[in-house]
Amino acid sequence: MTSTIDVHAAAQTFLAHTEAHLVSYLEACVHCGLCAEACHFYQASGNPEHTPAYKLFPIAQAYRRQKFPLAWLGLAPRIDADDLKHWETLLFDTCTLCGRCTTACPMGIDIASIVTGARRAFVAAGLGPADLLAAADSSREHGSPLGLTAQKLRERIEWLADEHGVPIALDKAKADVLLTVSSVEMMKYPESVVAMAKLLNHAGVDWTFSSKGYEATNFGYLSGKSDIAKLMVERIVDAAQSVGARTVVVPECGHAFGVLRWTAANMLGRPLPFAVLHISEFLAQLKRAGKLELTPLKESITYHDPCQISRRGGAARDARYLLEDFAEDFREMTPTGNLNWCCGGGGGVQAIARAADLRYKVFKIKMDQVEQTGAQTMVSSCSNCRLTMDESKAHWKWEGGLASLVELVADHLVEETKPAV
Amino acid sequence: MNLLAFARGPALTVALAVFVFGVAWRLLSLLLLPWARDLAVARATAPPALVGAVKGFVRHLWPPRPLARGALIVTVNGYVFHLGLAVIVFGLAQHILFLRGLFGVHWPNLPSGVISAVAVVTLASLFVALGRRLTNPVLKLISTSNDYFSWFVTMLPVATGLIAVSHLWAPYETLLAVHMLSVSLLLVWLPFGKLMHAFLVFLTRAETGIVYSRRGAEI
Ligand code: SF4
Ligand code: SF4
Repeated sequence: MTSTIDVHAAAQTFLAHTEAHLVSYLEACVHCGLCAEACHFYQASGNPEHTPAYKLFPIAQAYRRQKFPLAWLGLAPRIDADDLKHWETLLFDTCTLCGRCTTACPMGIDIASIVTGARRAFVAAGLGPADLLAAADSSREHGSPLGLTAQKLRERIEWLADEHGVPIALDKAKADVLLTVSSVEMMKYPESVVAMAKLLNHAGVDWTFSSKGYEATNFGYLSGKSDIAKLMVERIVDAAQSVGARTVVVPECGHAFGVLRWTAANMLGRPLPFAVLHISEFLAQLKRAGKLELTPLKESITYHDPCQISRRGGAARDARYLLEDFAEDFREMTPTGNLNWCCGGGGGVQAIARAADLRYKVFKIKMDQVEQTGAQTMVSSCSNCRLTMDESKAHWKWEGGLASLVELVADHLVEETKPAV
Repeated sequence: MNLLAFARGPALTVALAVFVFGVAWRLLSLLLLPWARDLAVARATAPPALVGAVKGFVRHLWPPRPLARGALIVTVNGYVFHLGLAVIVFGLAQHILFLRGLFGVHWPNLPSGVISAVAVVTLASLFVALGRRLTNPVLKLISTSNDYFSWFVTMLPVATGLIAVSHLWAPYETLLAVHMLSVSLLLVWLPFGKLMHAFLVFLTRAETGIVYSRRGAEI
């Protein structure tokens, strides 16, 4: 083959990871097409190729040719470089790993986990969107996908602490809690970082950022570069161990939470030496302990569930608990919670420039949902969702408000009743 | 040996053997793969794995409400032919006799008129499924020869059975032989094509149920 696309490597990489659960998923699909209805990409584009089951075709074929008990019959069609090229777009641009299709699948197939495996295979073959891969490489080289080096982190933290008059701990020798950051926040929504610091300080938490391991997002995982995925996890583990943290708090980022909470231990091959909590879970804990006194929020809001925090993360209730007795006019979208519609930018799709038009189309579903509630503002607890929604909002010149859950909570904190530290 | 003797004898024996060994082989080749243990710490509220597995199975019996509208026809039709097939296989007196010969257990049968009616409905339902597969753009795209062939070998025993009991066109013995051969074809194909989902469904739903119940999520 003259092409630079290594079909063999793709198959081998995928098949190297075919633990039983992925294989049974591949073997069990009955091609009923119900997953299409659940996928925001199909819903937004009407393109049958955006059917979740179809996205798995090349991987299913590679499996059938090589590992399937019946491979020797040679019945499965051969996949070639052109197929892989075609499916690159489907596997990277049109899947946010949101897991919604699984809820519709009569076989209960977890398509998102196969797409993740397929991406690894495609990267091994020399494929994958350049900008997404660059975000992963930048994470390895500079510590963050957006070039937030340890030096820049220090500068920005100093500047933010100064500007807002909020102490932000960095590189304390010892701390109970290691706080991490999404560089999307640090570069685009820095108030979010200030808000977290303010809340943790107020509650008397012994916490710190660490320049050893600060980046919560994991573009290695999203892009299919498993070595970088593991490296990003190791940095956080090192940082947590060196400050003796028993808890690592993930900021407002869905995938950062999903990767660190539910897959990092499996990447390392050992359990993590600390507990992982998303900031919304951590704040809910503080609230339960009576450490968050808030003034009521008057404006009407609705809550966008980040897929990796709610449907695939199991934390849908904590966000609602935070809003209880706080947001006086809280309106749920339909559907919501575990069946929410994705923002369109998860799974690394936000970082893929050529997918922008599709993301905008997907966001229309969200706009309609919000409008039906009549709420003024859509609140989320993921800065990646927020960035996707901000861009899509600008594209459609949409009037709806967008906000961060953590910032809202911090803005309504009653600071006088300072508990003992 | 006449056709019926062949269908009843060697053909069926071979088909049953292929079916049993085929299913066992596929299940074993799956179950003997390395099962990665999930090292992420489950939520404190997570139920035991078995409960998660059962929940996963039950959860996927029906699409969740917001999705059910779009999936209603397909889901209902799916249930019609699946239940129809079960009623025919386990409800007809002749089938019960045959199964009694194999396993030694038996149960009361349904009137043959009822079974015929169920078979007509099942057949119609299978044709509705095929019609959708041939016309719906999503299904057209994702359907493979495996889907069409599996449909064909499922439909055949229902059709030949119906014809046999209504004594149409040919002597009963010939019709019965054809019916039994079509059953053999189904048995032989089942382990190797998508009909294997009859077994895999327990595995995949349970796996997903376990993974997500550990996370405290419902999916
Ligand atoms: S995981 Fe989400 S984006 Fe990916 S195929 Fe399924 S529904 Fe579509
Ligand atoms: S819903 Fe499940 S079984 Fe049906 S086509 Fe999609 S992945 Fe396959």
